Amino acid sequence: MPPLLEIRDLRTYYPIRRGVLARTVGAVRAVDGVSLAVEAGEAVGLVGESGCGKTTLARTILRLETPHSGEIRLDGVDVATLRGAALKAYRRAVQVVFQDPFASLNPRHTVLDLVTEGMLAHGLATPANRREAAARLLDDVGLSADLLDRYPHAFSGGQRQRIAIARALALGPRLLICDEAVSALDLSVRAQILNLLADLREKHGLAYLFITHDLGVVQHLADRIVVMRRGVVVESGPAEQVMARPAHPYTRELLAAAATPFH
Amino acid sequence: MPPLLEIDDLRVGFATDAGEIRAVDGVSLALQRGEVLGLVGESGCGKSALALAVPRLLPMPPARIEAAAIRLDGVDLATLSDHGRRGLRGRRIGVIFQEPMTALSPLHRIGDQLVEAIRLHRRLPRREARGEALDWLARVGIADPVQRLRAWPHELSGGMQQRVMIAMALVHDPDLIIADEPTTALDVTTQAQVLELMRRLRRGNSGLLLITHDMGVIAVMATRVAVMYAGQIVETAPSRELFARPGHPYTQALLAALPSAATRGRRLQAIPGQVPSPLAWPTGCRFRDRCSRAMPRCAAPPPLYTWGDGHEVRCFLAEMPGGAGDARGASRPPAEAPGSNEPSPAAAAPPG
Repeated sequence: MPPLLEIRDLRTYYPIRRGVLARTVGAVRAVDGVSLAVEAGEAVGLVGESGCGKTTLARTILRLETPHSGEIRLDGVDVATLRGAALKAYRRAVQVVFQDPFASLNPRHTVLDLVTEGMLAHGLATPANRREAAARLLDDVGLSADLLDRYPHAFSGGQRQRIAIARALALGPRLLICDEAVSALDLSVRAQILNLLADLREKHGLAYLFITHDLGVVQHLADRIVVMRRGVVVESGPAEQVMARPAHPYTRELLAAAATPFH
Repeated sequence: MPPLLEIDDLRVGFATDAGEIRAVDGVSLALQRGEVLGLVGESGCGKSALALAVPRLLPMPPARIEAAAIRLDGVDLATLSDHGRRGLRGRRIGVIFQEPMTALSPLHRIGDQLVEAIRLHRRLPRREARGEALDWLARVGIADPVQRLRAWPHELSGGMQQRVMIAMALVHDPDLIIADEPTTALDVTTQAQVLELMRRLRRGNSGLLLITHDMGVIAVMATRVAVMYAGQIVETAPSRELFARPGHPYTQALLAALPSAATRGRRLQAIPGQVPSPLAWPTGCRFRDRCSRAMPRCAAPPPLYTWGDGHEVRCFLAEMPGGAGDARGASRPPAEAPGSNEPSPAAAAPPG
């Protein structure tokens, strides 16, 4: 059986333009030949430092960037060939939670709007029953349905991230991409959100692609670890193995540099 | 001999439309020469306000700083004139800020900013100051320092900018260094390099006040730790002692909430609720609403109890017969001191 998500030799370049005519004079090879797989229900931790291409990889998987070459396959089907209903189904299957919940929620929309916007677009809810659906989703992420008519500014960072997760869950995804989803949160709140993500994984059989620079988070939850550097994967393997016996010098450097009180 | 820095009952308030924010609400602490005091806490706990109140780097108004005393080598800073205080900043007190991109002037070259910092407190011909700036760039590990003197801040990476900040804070060999989240904006490998640099370049008998939210940075750097919550210090202890025997339920909860290899496959012990609002701190113990061990008497504000050698805890549990023992039992006991390499087997056992 093919993996849930499979990426083969993916390349995403950004053009470098110069001069008044904005001629393309080169390219930033943000993602430069990445292959990886996420099995159904698996949590994969993608680690690397800023600028290594991990966010570009996420954006390419979400089809927010067009890859230069390579393949993205969901259940073995090449996503680039998808059109119409099949493409919409892909967008439902792969959802994302971003780092900054202050930037990712439209301040002019109520929680109800934010959570159900995608459901309406995909025909998963109607204006008549969306309130009910939204209340269920808020319950899923540990928020009270009383909050549906509030605006984002009324919420703390942790609560906003719960709203962002509810919105991602609304479309019934099978893969949730978490791009530094807990990095901006305080320690005490971070633990709440990590527990929530673990619960949701159990409840919905979700797979995670967890993008982070925080090795503690990855060690806590990832089944497999993928280490990226300068647009390429330098090491990947079962989490325990990569942590205990890192093979690549860069992985060893990352592990040695991570400051934790429990070393 | 008086401590290098002595803060007695410091209060920092900020006037806002919604009322006064009491960011720091009665903090006393002392920093000895040679010591690295880590001040740790979550956002909004007042740690940065405290750090910036010492060199008076807060804009007043809206900030209001009150203290019984802030003494540097026994001299109360309040008795100094503005001129006298300016003489301290940079020369005897060096400050390293979190975001070098905003702390460095974008309109001046790196070399000019260093030269200005040097000549601010020393009458030195420009040429000599330039030579000294060059030495400092080399000392903080900047490759090709001659070229870099002419660079603009935006041409340097975050790690390089922070190295320049460190050079600028250290050019006058200050007695007291205050570093406010110096590595928060940096990647882990860069963070390790910058921390190493701060350790190496600091004169042995100077004092470092290191503000951070990162327990890992504390473990690597601090000799002593003060934990802040809601504008107050809730626990102080030698660094090893704090990780081995955290006394305050908040400290225990913070350490238990850290995701790591030891927490694999288990739920993290999250702290319920939110950090309280500085506009209206809770009465009594400020952690009481989120504390799993709160008692009726926590409605009254607990004092700081001495709970061992150099270990103070703001919690009534420290007073109760066996209470401290219970508190120890309830902590996740990473029985080993930080620095050893294996995750402690004790850390994997369910707490309590």
